[in-house]
Amino acid sequence: MSQSTLTVKDLHVSIDGKEILKGVNLEIKGGEFHAVMGPNGTGKSTLSSAIMGHPKYEVTQGTITLDGEDVLEMEVDERARAGLFLGMQYPSEITGVTNAEFLRSAVNARREEGDEISLMKFIRQMDSNMDVLEMDQDMAQRYLNEGFSGGEKKRNEILQLMTIKPKIAILDEIDSGLDIDALKVVSKGINQMRDESFGCLIITHYQRLLDYITPDHVHVMMQGRVVKSGGPELAQRLEAEGYDWIKQELGIEDETVQ
Amino acid sequence: MTETKWLVDESVIRDFSATNNEPEWLLNTRLDAFNKAEELPLPKPDKTKIDKWNFTQFGIHNVNSTPYASIADLPEKAKVVVGEDNTVQNVYVQRNGVPSILNISAELKEAGVIFTDFETAVKEHSDLVQKYFMTQVVKADEHKLTALHAALVNGGVFLYVPKNVEIKEPVQAVFIQDDKNAAIFNHVIVVAEANSSVTYVENYISTVETEAGVANIVTEVIAGDNARVSYGAVDTLAENVTVYVNRRGVTAPHAHIEWSLGSMNDGDTVSENVTNLIGDGSYADTKMVVVGSGKQSMNFTTKVVHFGKHTEGYILKHGVMKDEAKAIFNGIGKIEHGASKSNAEQESRILMLSEKARGDANPILLIDEDDVTAGHAASVGRVDPLQLYYLMSRGITKREAERLVIHGFLAPVVNKLPIENVKKQLKGIIEGKVRQ
Repeated sequence: MSQSTLTVKDLHVSIDGKEILKGVNLEIKGGEFHAVMGPNGTGKSTLSSAIMGHPKYEVTQGTITLDGEDVLEMEVDERARAGLFLGMQYPSEITGVTNAEFLRSAVNARREEGDEISLMKFIRQMDSNMDVLEMDQDMAQRYLNEGFSGGEKKRNEILQLMTIKPKIAILDEIDSGLDIDALKVVSKGINQMRDESFGCLIITHYQRLLDYITPDHVHVMMQGRVVKSGGPELAQRLEAEGYDWIKQELGIEDETVQ
Repeated sequence: MTETKWLVDESVIRDFSATNNEPEWLLNTRLDAFNKAEELPLPKPDKTKIDKWNFTQFGIHNVNSTPYASIADLPEKAKVVVGEDNTVQNVYVQRNGVPSILNISAELKEAGVIFTDFETAVKEHSDLVQKYFMTQVVKADEHKLTALHAALVNGGVFLYVPKNVEIKEPVQAVFIQDDKNAAIFNHVIVVAEANSSVTYVENYISTVETEAGVANIVTEVIAGDNARVSYGAVDTLAENVTVYVNRRGVTAPHAHIEWSLGSMNDGDTVSENVTNLIGDGSYADTKMVVVGSGKQSMNFTTKVVHFGKHTEGYILKHGVMKDEAKAIFNGIGKIEHGASKSNAEQESRILMLSEKARGDANPILLIDEDDVTAGHAASVGRVDPLQLYYLMSRGITKREAERLVIHGFLAPVVNKLPIENVKKQLKGIIEGKVRQ
């Protein structure tokens, strides 16, 4: 399998005219797990939304490429079919569309007309992924995210990840609202994806997820930029000492985006 | 009052009645209604002005079509709803105004069930038809359109279910308009005597585009003591056909009427669906889905009037408006004084897919009795761009994402339709109309 590369260069992003990202640089390759950490309000979720193409975020400067292709020129669905995936912090609820129907549409969107996945094969795959995530079988027939608990929504995002098998996935605060058991299950699903052809960017402000998913690279965001990068040991130091030492080191008083 | 140019005069009615050997009472009813039609005002559906709509300018009142010889000769659109099987039972097919196919099972005949076209019914069951035709459910002199209907009725069916007879399989009527000059004045009467039950499903299908067509449709359902009537209708009339459709029922004690209505017309439509819950303990349930497209304007009034004690009325309507389509949903739950322990519930929702589409949902509860329960929910809104973003972020195209959202929006109604056949048909028809 080929290794993909997602490259973010000097990315500036605004929402409602306010600049949130002020020059982010990142490169994620297949086989690598990256963690982006940082306190609230430093631009982490903006980064993930901008990469996927959220309608409210405006890229004002910089580039995003996937294997050299200009991601910013693509529509949201084209980005997804090119190999990007975003596990969302607040997934939409869609009445009347069952989880299974939705997932099958997503799978078939990547296949040619006339070559749709057979229903049996699809159900087998979905059942086995749901087993890994310890999801009730009836979740397949429930309306997409409607009435799902916070934990169920997160598992459902990972179910989509496992079904779609993207080249590069961004997981935005996939750990928020999860109890420790759910966190272990979700981590198991993500770890099962580890492969030379799969790269992952995990956005979190807790170290605790990284106890279960070991990142190869750790980045810290403050004031809309990546201010520090390192290996897994950086996450551990953040866990032990918090963020203040970085702020002191860099002379930052308020880490949030101004 | 707008000037109405009449395309027909008394002689047309007299000729039509004579050609069909109609009983005298019907000719008199027609002429009486025709004389009143000119004076009577149009109905006033809340929030839609219909005084410029074309209810009177149509091609020919009595188109002389050749009946279809068999199911195999039906147009494709009709085969989809009837099937291909020539031996299919309990089906009536009408071509424009002309009765074409009528298959009724020996079992139903033996049970005393009458299922026949309107023309035959008035001859063979004159007394029965006279008893019910616009006498107690819908009256000819309510307004101009009911009067015109009574004067010009030129098709429809009569379904009579004797007491204690339970019909298991749906009884089906298919009304096909394949002549652009044909005017549709169909009258449907469903009488379910005490303790009987029946499911009736009708389809309106246009296979031609017309320049100016008129459909003026009236249904009367009479549900006897403890009778069960499930009434399904899927309307798919063409763009330039102006539709007035009035489907109304009355209930005796403990009777149930369920309506499963799919309004998929392409033209301007004013629809009235009323259930008068007369008998104590009777029950009405209306489920309706609507898809509007192009520049059509539509008004749907759904009303349940509670007269009897312990009566229950439920209204559930969802509509999707595309392009420049406009829809008004008026939902009325009315509880009369004395109808204690009754319950009136309604939910109306409209989803607009484009900037120029319009929708309005008006829930109205009129309550003259203290000891009752009632509730309503209504919403009108545009497609949520974040829902589309979410679906598209999984690789689903915008078009497919919209399709999923539309289906999802209508599904809570479609999935609950009590008639399996209507549910299946509607899924396909919604798909077609959404992709237009």
